[in-house]
Amino acid sequence: MNAMAQEASKAPTFTYAIRQADTALILAQRLSAWIGHGPAIEEDLGFANIALDLLGQARLLYAYASEIESQGRSEDDFAYLREECDFLNVTMAEIPNGDFGFTIVRQCLLDCWRLENFERLTHSTDSRLAEIAAKSVKEIRYHLKYSAGWLVRLGDGTAESHRRVAEALAQLWPYVHEWFVEDAAESALVALGVVPAAADLREAFDKRLALILAEATLSRPADVEYRWFGKRGQHTEHLGRLLGEMQSLHRAHPGAQW
Amino acid sequence: MYTQSLNEPSSRPVEALDDAERLARFQARIDAEEKIEPKDWMPDAYRQTLIRQISQHAHSEIVGMLPEGNWISRAPSLMRKSILIAKVQDEGGHGAYLYSAAETLGVSRAELIEQLLSGRAKYSSIFNYPTPTWADTAAIGWLVDGAAIMNQIPLCRCSYGPYARAMVRVCKEESFHQRQGYHAMLSLARGTPSQRRMAQDALNRWWWPALMMFGPPDTASHHTGLSVKWKIKRFTNDELRQKFVDFTVPQAEFLGLTVPDPVLRKGDDGHYITGALDWSEFNAVLKGNGPCNAERLRERRTAHDDGAWVREAAIAHAAKRSARAVA
Ligand SMILES: [Fe+2]
Ligand SMILES: [Fe+2]
Repeated sequence: MNAMAQEASKAPTFTYAIRQADTALILAQRLSAWIGHGPAIEEDLGFANIALDLLGQARLLYAYASEIESQGRSEDDFAYLREECDFLNVTMAEIPNGDFGFTIVRQCLLDCWRLENFERLTHSTDSRLAEIAAKSVKEIRYHLKYSAGWLVRLGDGTAESHRRVAEALAQLWPYVHEWFVEDAAESALVALGVVPAAADLREAFDKRLALILAEATLSRPADVEYRWFGKRGQHTEHLGRLLGEMQSLHRAHPGAQW
Repeated sequence: MYTQSLNEPSSRPVEALDDAERLARFQARIDAEEKIEPKDWMPDAYRQTLIRQISQHAHSEIVGMLPEGNWISRAPSLMRKSILIAKVQDEGGHGAYLYSAAETLGVSRAELIEQLLSGRAKYSSIFNYPTPTWADTAAIGWLVDGAAIMNQIPLCRCSYGPYARAMVRVCKEESFHQRQGYHAMLSLARGTPSQRRMAQDALNRWWWPALMMFGPPDTASHHTGLSVKWKIKRFTNDELRQKFVDFTVPQAEFLGLTVPDPVLRKGDDGHYITGALDWSEFNAVLKGNGPCNAERLRERRTAHDDGAWVREAAIAHAAKRSARAVA
């Protein structure tokens, strides 16, 4: 990128980094609630692993966002001192865990999207994003292996497990829409080769997911467009509660070091 | 199944020897610091002692995930959140690892978990205390993991091979936890007045329960005698407790915190002398009347029950797979 393009990409790249960071953080917060409560020890460990990776990704992305912004905000300033409407995570990440099957469906959908997205980001013209993506993509590949493995087991398991994940898939499907609707910030970045085009991503996502759903004996629900986008700061009622809990201790001790 | 084969008479020549001779051979191996391995002959009492001890240890790791897990969602920085998740995850890993070690003695993990959930098996009473503040996670790392290390380092030389090997790995991680807990405590002790208050309050509540983790005083312990002879246990409860006190009191001083024992002093021999422990509290918690006994078990049971359909689905899927593979 030349100097002018670099300057023009600053604001949208900041927004993009925050969207990805918030998505990773909120999802980590959700997943980590399973630790100690999963159906088997191995699943406690599995979710803990994924949550740890996601937290690590969020921290790298906040650091990059802070560099772009150059106002000296720390990762904790981003995580603990912003309000609901400042958070730009995609809506799916904030939807509560439900049962194990629901969490697995949510995870598998997000993993499919994130894997396709981060694989492409490794070729970003923004070298910092490309670097972060290169590290993350290895982790996301493992996440998808885990979530898709369980989705297949549950989809093609018992009648009950099939019913549960089919219902979860129907409930979560509308929130997929947001991922593939480019807004002005994203379109600007697509033009500069910083992020992949939404249409391209959608195709790859659909293909990848179709294989998993087939193996899980699940069918893809009819498309429903949920139009209130978390990535624009339009959130469900659930995010406020999540942040209220997550930020409570930090906010109760302003300026304290931990 | 492993369980059955262990109960069946074996045709190995050692079976022909009479019990006294086998026992003598067994004891000679132990005295020579040889490791006993799963397929070796061992007295039934040795096997039962190990099953009890290893499974209690495994249960403790699993139940121990709960009090600290309580703070994962509210950890006050992303760094602390990562450290805490990783720590609780390690404990889960210890649990899984120890259940596997117990399985080498002819019980299944499912059986052992059933014993825990039905309330027949014990786990460390320390985890029946609550974690009302963030400082409790720091105090647990510092004191509880610290006490666990004192208990477990000698177990790395335990006569039973699989347990000894499990302990080598577990101890490495526990000492890492201890350092992290101490560091978190240090941040609090050097922090704002309310952080310091939080730290002192946590020390006040965890000090005595941590000392009780070493078990009843030697004069009242039933298990110590044979366990020492079999080199499952190498130090007595009181010896280990003393080590812990000697190690920890200077750390508390360094933190600028006060150990909640008004009569604590250093003896002429350099060892600290503590006040009397309230064993009536220990016994009450052991019997189920601790602040969180019911809650901890309820949480474990809920997780287990809620997960039943998942485990069934996994089994059903595996069966379908192998049927398809045959077809
Ligand atoms: Fe442990
Ligand atoms: Fe530990």
